[in-house]
Amino acid sequence: MESVFKKLSLTSATLILLLLTSIFVVLFIYAKPAIDEFGLKFLTDPRWGVTVQVDTPKVDKQVATTEQVTDEMAQNDNLQTEDLLLDDSSDNSDSLLTDDEDGSTANTKEVYGGFVPIVGTVLSTILAMLFAVPIAMGIAVFLSEIAHPLLAKPVGVAIELLAAIPSIIYGMWGLFYFGPLVSKYVGGQSVSLLVAGLVLGVMIIPFMASLTRDSMNTTPAVLKESAYAMGATKFEVIKDVIFPYAKQGIIGSIILALGRALGETMAVAFVIGGVFTFPKVVTDPTVSIPVVLANSFAESSGMSMSALFYLAVVLFVLSFAVISFAKFYFLRNKNEIFNK
Amino acid sequence: MKNVMEIKDFYFTYPKAPKPTLKNINLNIEENKITALIGPSGCGKSTLLRSLNRIQDLYPGNKYDGEILLKINDKMENILEYKKENKLIELRQRVGMIFQKPTPFPMSIFDNVAYGLKFAGIKSKSEIEGRVEKALQGAALWSEVKDRLKESALGMSGGQQQRLCIARAIAVEPEVLLFDEPTSALDPISTAAIEELVVELKERVSIAIVTHNMQQASRISDYTAFMYLGDLVEFGETEQIFLNPKEKQTEDYITGRFG
Repeated sequence: MESVFKKLSLTSATLILLLLTSIFVVLFIYAKPAIDEFGLKFLTDPRWGVTVQVDTPKVDKQVATTEQVTDEMAQNDNLQTEDLLLDDSSDNSDSLLTDDEDGSTANTKEVYGGFVPIVGTVLSTILAMLFAVPIAMGIAVFLSEIAHPLLAKPVGVAIELLAAIPSIIYGMWGLFYFGPLVSKYVGGQSVSLLVAGLVLGVMIIPFMASLTRDSMNTTPAVLKESAYAMGATKFEVIKDVIFPYAKQGIIGSIILALGRALGETMAVAFVIGGVFTFPKVVTDPTVSIPVVLANSFAESSGMSMSALFYLAVVLFVLSFAVISFAKFYFLRNKNEIFNK
Repeated sequence: MKNVMEIKDFYFTYPKAPKPTLKNINLNIEENKITALIGPSGCGKSTLLRSLNRIQDLYPGNKYDGEILLKINDKMENILEYKKENKLIELRQRVGMIFQKPTPFPMSIFDNVAYGLKFAGIKSKSEIEGRVEKALQGAALWSEVKDRLKESALGMSGGQQQRLCIARAIAVEPEVLLFDEPTSALDPISTAAIEELVVELKERVSIAIVTHNMQQASRISDYTAFMYLGDLVEFGETEQIFLNPKEKQTEDYITGRFG
């Protein structure tokens, strides 16, 4: 009995590791053609699905061709942008191909670069965190320390219910109500990086606030009392005792929220715009990795499919890196406390 | 004999409780003496102690009746009349408290002891350093920690942590110190060290101590109050209470027949 139980729990534990590695391996295998083709330049290349002419050794006038390529690149960028703005669901690379078709398909190839969605993901997440962290902390402090219990209970339940709302609903709210509102008061379009960041922020606030409140509530009453007994005010008790005591739980909740924001698809798909342009100001529309993946899989094949998998690998590594960095940081802090 | 605190006709009722937890308590805390509060669990001795610095006010809805007087500049003030937070803060600086479990704050040893000083308005760095050293010496901790003041207080042993809490409380030079079963979480050696310290401290402050340990009360206190079910049954000199109790309940309790 004992050994069966041991083996069962061991199997469950190994399953996690197996899943993690197999997901990564599968992503990597599918992404392999794109990785071979574009290498690390993929990360910094802003072009996505752009057809370019390639230099072949047969071409005599190399200088001229290079010029032509640059010209065409610029042209393609413009075309693509307009195309996407008009109708981002159409397969623009095909239409571009037909536009530029001159019979010599052997000399053209499609270039994929993940720079725009990577930047879009990182920026929208940063915006969301900048917006959400202070508000969530305020809510948590209020609920755990300041509010009267009669008020803290219903508000706490409301926060937990908010955390349970499916993200697509946040997306719809963002698209139809919040986006136009932001665009009216801040300017820019009603779908933009800013709107995406704010909607993401609104989405993760309840989540972060309720986790933070829970970890603040674990501060022993006697520890708070002894600070009050020293003559501390409520603010000082929160700052000097509760925050340091609950620090680990608070940072943990921030990181869970960060992970959620990085991978959020539906809410962002509604409000980020979904265009492959580098945002010059925060009110410009752009695109994020999960949105690209969700929007483009249906009409992808071959290299474009592989490029999507490459993006997925990037997202995987990004989230993984953020969370492991945070874990690592915590363990170090924990050791500092307990090793004197 | 001079009283630093006088409790007069004191009633205490917890929020929504139908009956008062403490009834008609009359008790004096004498200057530079140790007053022990003993009694079985639930008799209200901790509640009484926690009323003396109004720490129970952190949980709203308590009802106080009667008077608790504290001597401030040779005048008796009723601390139950304090309403504003700054008055309560002032009160808690005059009446310090040590809890059942050591409660070091998550900061360095030095910062723990200096914590109350900044609320007392002491800003000069050299004065803070002097007061911290004096407090740690007063708590018989200086020689053990003087080389690791910058280290986290959470790395100390339980007995050291409790002495740190005492150092932290005496750093602000209070008039009264309240001990709420300060040794209940400690081993016998640490307990002996704390007891010795409490006896030394009465040179400088007046002390009220709640204890479950009757030997402890008889060893260290000058006066003892026996409480039972919210009533103060008997109050007198420790020797008299333990050797020659007037009330039968007191006698039964200290001889171990109940409680």
